[in-house]
Amino acid sequence: MMFVVIACMLAGMAGGYLLRSRKIQFAHRFILGLIWLLLFLLGLELGANKMVVSQFGVLGFEALLLAFGGTLGSILAAWLLWTFCLKKGASK
Amino acid sequence: MKGSLIILSFFATGLLVGVFRWLPAELQYSNASFYVLCLLMFSVGFSIGNDPQSFHQFKTLNLRLAFLPLMTIVGTWIGIIVVGLLVRNRSLTDCLAVGSGFGYYSLSSILITQYKGVELGTIALLSNIMREVITLLFAPFILKYFGTLAPISAGGATTMDTTFPVIVRNSGPDYAIVSIYHGFIVDFSVPFLVTLFCSL
Repeated sequence: MMFVVIACMLAGMAGGYLLRSRKIQFAHRFILGLIWLLLFLLGLELGANKMVVSQFGVLGFEALLLAFGGTLGSILAAWLLWTFCLKKGASK
Repeated sequence: MKGSLIILSFFATGLLVGVFRWLPAELQYSNASFYVLCLLMFSVGFSIGNDPQSFHQFKTLNLRLAFLPLMTIVGTWIGIIVVGLLVRNRSLTDCLAVGSGFGYYSLSSILITQYKGVELGTIALLSNIMREVITLLFAPFILKYFGTLAPISAGGATTMDTTFPVIVRNSGPDYAIVSIYHGFIVDFSVPFLVTLFCSL
């Protein structure tokens, strides 16, 4: 399934490259609309999942703490790498 | 700010519609989100291919970016260990197993349910969904305060599919290739790391 998704993007890149002489302006608005639709569908899937809804009160807080800690830790690590890249980039 | 609020309101509307079943149930089992994702990836690819600048910029990427997946994995573990030490009602290896889903909630929750039972499996499901939602909603803030790479690390294993479009919108098309490379490596690591922490 992952490869179908990547194949879609590669096909899009090929299509975009072939049509590069014409500027397609509406692509960015279209992408934003699709992101909204995808988020709506993600909410729909979770809301309709009885297990997720019924367990949310019991285990949700613990899950949120772990999600928050893990995400923040990785963000800080990425920030470290980013400042390192910027420094090296500037000295080139 | 406005962008995140719009995204949040679409997500919240979806949740409400799902909880109260205002739409026919068939829609939930129709893989609609997968087709939308494919269309989205096609569009993102199209906009990258259509921009003559983007191929040029791939060449100027810093080679140090190859370490980004490692930073994501180690950073997540450190964050999880801090939370685990503060909360203390679950073993650190259990917490690390949940964290090593890196947002890949379907696989990590199935594996953890198999190894450790349904309660930790449910925590893994919820926690990794939350990581994905946090990234989708807060990518602009994460970018603003922690730099271009931070939204990619926050996305974990999902940066080559579900969070990919949001990352390209925020970090810029030059980082599309970094996002895919990162997602691929982290995604690949999930089954091994989750199994490792469950067997410790």
